[in-house]
Amino acid sequence: MSEQQTLAVEVSAVEQITPLIKHFTLSRIGGGNLPAFSGGSHIVVVMRAGAHSDAGRGNTRVHRNPYSLLSSPHRLDVYEIGVRRMEESRGGSHFMHDQVDVGTHLEIAHPVNLFALDKIARKHVLIAGGIGITPFLAQLEDLHHGRVPYELHYCVRSPEHAAFLPRLREREGDRIRMYYDSEGHAVDYDGLLSSQPLGTHVYVCGPAGMINHAADTARRWGWPDSHIHWEQFSAPPVGDAFDVFLARSNLRVHVPHDQSLMESIEGAGVEIPYLCRGGVCGFCQTKVLAVEGEIVHNDHFLSDADRGKYIMPCVSRARCKRLVLDL
Amino acid sequence: MSVVFKPHETFRDDFTYRNSPQAIRRFPVPFAEDEYMYSVNIEPHTRGAPGSVLEFAFDIDEHYVAECRERALVLEAEPLRYQALPHMMSAQWDCLELIMESLARDYPQHFTLERQGNRWRWINEPLALDQAFVFGDPGSLPREPLDFITRQAQGDFVVMDQREGDLWTEAGMVTTPADWSLDFDIGMTFKEWHGPVPLAHELGVFDRALKFLLNLRLGQPVRRLNWTMTINPRLDTAPEKYPMWGPDRTRINLQNAGDLVHLRVELQGLWRLPRSNAVLFGIRCYLISLRELATVPKWARRVHRALKGLHPALVDYKGLSRYRDTVVAWLAPFDDGTPTTPGAGPD
Repeated sequence: MSEQQTLAVEVSAVEQITPLIKHFTLSRIGGGNLPAFSGGSHIVVVMRAGAHSDAGRGNTRVHRNPYSLLSSPHRLDVYEIGVRRMEESRGGSHFMHDQVDVGTHLEIAHPVNLFALDKIARKHVLIAGGIGITPFLAQLEDLHHGRVPYELHYCVRSPEHAAFLPRLREREGDRIRMYYDSEGHAVDYDGLLSSQPLGTHVYVCGPAGMINHAADTARRWGWPDSHIHWEQFSAPPVGDAFDVFLARSNLRVHVPHDQSLMESIEGAGVEIPYLCRGGVCGFCQTKVLAVEGEIVHNDHFLSDADRGKYIMPCVSRARCKRLVLDL
Repeated sequence: MSVVFKPHETFRDDFTYRNSPQAIRRFPVPFAEDEYMYSVNIEPHTRGAPGSVLEFAFDIDEHYVAECRERALVLEAEPLRYQALPHMMSAQWDCLELIMESLARDYPQHFTLERQGNRWRWINEPLALDQAFVFGDPGSLPREPLDFITRQAQGDFVVMDQREGDLWTEAGMVTTPADWSLDFDIGMTFKEWHGPVPLAHELGVFDRALKFLLNLRLGQPVRRLNWTMTINPRLDTAPEKYPMWGPDRTRINLQNAGDLVHLRVELQGLWRLPRSNAVLFGIRCYLISLRELATVPKWARRVHRALKGLHPALVDYKGLSRYRDTVVAWLAPFDDGTPTTPGAGPD
């Protein structure tokens, strides 16, 4: 499949809502509605950091980061996203925080949903950690109007980090259960996951440790895997620089320490199909033809068996003398 | 350009369905080569050549009015040909919107959609319908949204919910099936639904197709062609009606094959639906008699060769066992061995 079509949008509002999170509102350039979507969807924002790239490199550096849509699926004149400033960033979140303002033009890909609510669930339990609240904000719009019971557990470092809490309180009232690390609160996963009615689905979005703990606890209490949902977009980790050889393109590409494998390959003019760019969807799965050294798998997709044969270039890297990919 | 409809042709009893010379030229012959085998032959459902069946998202042709009447007759006798499970309501509205938007955009001379917020008005000129309703309010339509709109569209429609890493057949309008039953298959997973298909499971076709469809993107629909053969231009070859059409297959001989045997081609389209995250599967059925087909010399040679070399398991699965040899014999005089030009289109 070819490179996906993008939509041109303009930033119509920016708000710093916590010390680390900015809230962006995007509108279609020239007005009109954006495509309809379902709660839990994300968009990939294409950022062209041309004017600000290293003078030495001389070309535009392109970031493509996935962000969950947090705006209501019933309102299509704008899309809203929340962006957390990542400490170890390859530049995408810093670009959004430092260089994007009202009036900035961006490109976005059509929404994709890899974290949809199960339509035949009897009950939904939503657990958010920090910026992980964003997909739930859109889903709550549907849940609020539906007949299926739900509860929301929202964990943050301290009250000042509780992004979108006024909006949540206004709509959901006391249905939200807040947990502040600073106050010593913690989710009682055993209590929560051992007392749900049959047919309940649990959804977790937050840091890896939280997801793993929630999922492990659910499995221990006998939850079927089909009722445990999670989403975590890994920001592609930075790492050692390395070289990759693309066999079909007959092209050698250098991957700098602060750029992902996929970004470097795209920079060399080779397109890889993708949906999430966060190691979740499996779309960019690429065959490894040869490796001398070690592949650093950072995805949530490949099975252990497949990790010998494939790599997800959106988030994974290599520590190697030689890496040959089937591209 | 307006489509000129043939409102009185029939797909049952006296079978007056025929293709005009224009309809023959645009027939979607599914054989791009002289040999046929399964493949994951999926391509983007982008706009095709003007006048072709691929020009628009949902093709409307000269048989539109007659086909809608045939659908109504089937539903009158067997209401369960339309079904939708309760959790598919948002997907129903997605389908209604997609089909109405497409038809109004692509055939403005026949269909009009007026929208003011959630207050919509739909005008279908060929069927003389004018319906005002509130988008999202099922009570404002005379029927459920999917039922309402697919009674006004050619071809069958299935809506699949996506969950648990699978696609579930959970709503549909199926009155023109090639021997399969929505009533039997509703609630099934993707592979359960395709269980009876031979060879393809072993080839891994459904693993790859499912993986592909789970990642189907909004705004980027795909399509593929499938085919079988049917005796008489009978759209409704449902298993529920097997006694009515099954025995026809025993009556084929060299004298009647040209008029009775029809190549049946399905143009299958797949769309991601925006609000429900479900997938719409459209199965648009085209019928052409061997005699009509043979008016294009390339097609007579191509179909002759494809049928002659068809894998025995496919001959059996497609229900051709009793008359495939007769069809090959009927087509043989049209095949002088001249090579066929590349692609499926007519010369």
